[in-house]
Amino acid sequence: MKPIDRVEVQQKIDALAGSDVYLHLETTNGAYATHNDESFFSAGAYIRNAMIRYEHGKIVGDGPYRAGLKLEIGWVYGEGLTHFEIDDQGRLLMAGLDFNGKLAVAMQISASPFE
Amino acid sequence: MEKERHVLVIFPHPDDEAFGVSGTIASYVENGTPVTYACLTLGEMGRNLGNPPFATRESLPKIRRQELVDAANIMGIQDLRMLGFRDKTVEFEDDEELTKKMSSFIEELNPSLIITFYPGYSVHPDHEATGRAVVRAVGRIAPDARPKLHCVAFSNNSLEELGEPDIINDISAVKDKKIATIRAHRSQTESMMASWSENAQNTDPAILRWIEKERFWSYKWPKQ
Ligand SMILES: [Zn+2]
Repeated sequence: MKPIDRVEVQQKIDALAGSDVYLHLETTNGAYATHNDESFFSAGAYIRNAMIRYEHGKIVGDGPYRAGLKLEIGWVYGEGLTHFEIDDQGRLLMAGLDFNGKLAVAMQISASPFE
Repeated sequence: MEKERHVLVIFPHPDDEAFGVSGTIASYVENGTPVTYACLTLGEMGRNLGNPPFATRESLPKIRRQELVDAANIMGIQDLRMLGFRDKTVEFEDDEELTKKMSSFIEELNPSLIITFYPGYSVHPDHEATGRAVVRAVGRIAPDARPKLHCVAFSNNSLEELGEPDIINDISAVKDKKIATIRAHRSQTESMMASWSENAQNTDPAILRWIEKERFWSYKWPKQ
């Protein structure tokens, strides 16, 4: 993964718009957050291979970035995104890595299901 | 360490054995004891992707699978099983299915010792779910026929509630293998090991003392 290039990510978001795609969306502070700091409220969410179709999508911000997808009857968004890769299967993999390089959020879109 | 017929190690994540159990495993293997390592997931949800990141969410499982194979080779494990569950979802699996899976391993391998996490004292939901499933499976065996069950516990309340660990293995004879095992899980351990040296001689004495002792609690079955 490399730091997000807004232009490149926007092109990929545009290319995947208007057709059925598979979404991986995840936020996490790690399973050890409360173990390491008992005053920390641990929360996160995870969805893998949700099939969606978005009308349009956008990546905005100056870094960390936010990405939002407008669905016919709803929305998807992620914030804190810092890195991305368009992998060898043409999937858009975005991640937000915290100050220690640990993954805090992932937002990924693929034309075929994630394995 | 007592002589065992067969040791069965059951953990949910590829690096769960590294810090607390790899020396014990390597010691059993060196004594000629067969060891089976059943690893439920590939640690797909690990948060360490390298810094700068050399992995993605999607490539991480492939990398960690190879790291697990490398680690098993270093420990000398002949029988490594990857069970195909997904990281952070083990507790949501059907409990009975999971128990049956554990029972089938026990039936097949007839281990004299099983090593897993202590339910209630192992912090990560996958650790807890794995430990619970193993305890359920072993609990179905008549008390006098049960294999020994040694558990890893590291929650903040484990000493207070479980007392001191009753099994302490000195693994200093295989500490180089242990350090190499920890190192093999590179994607997860590289940043913390940056200050460690290649071989045991040059590693910080405080780290070495911590590494040389592996601690387990015998599972306390409720009184009948
Ligand atoms: Zn673990």
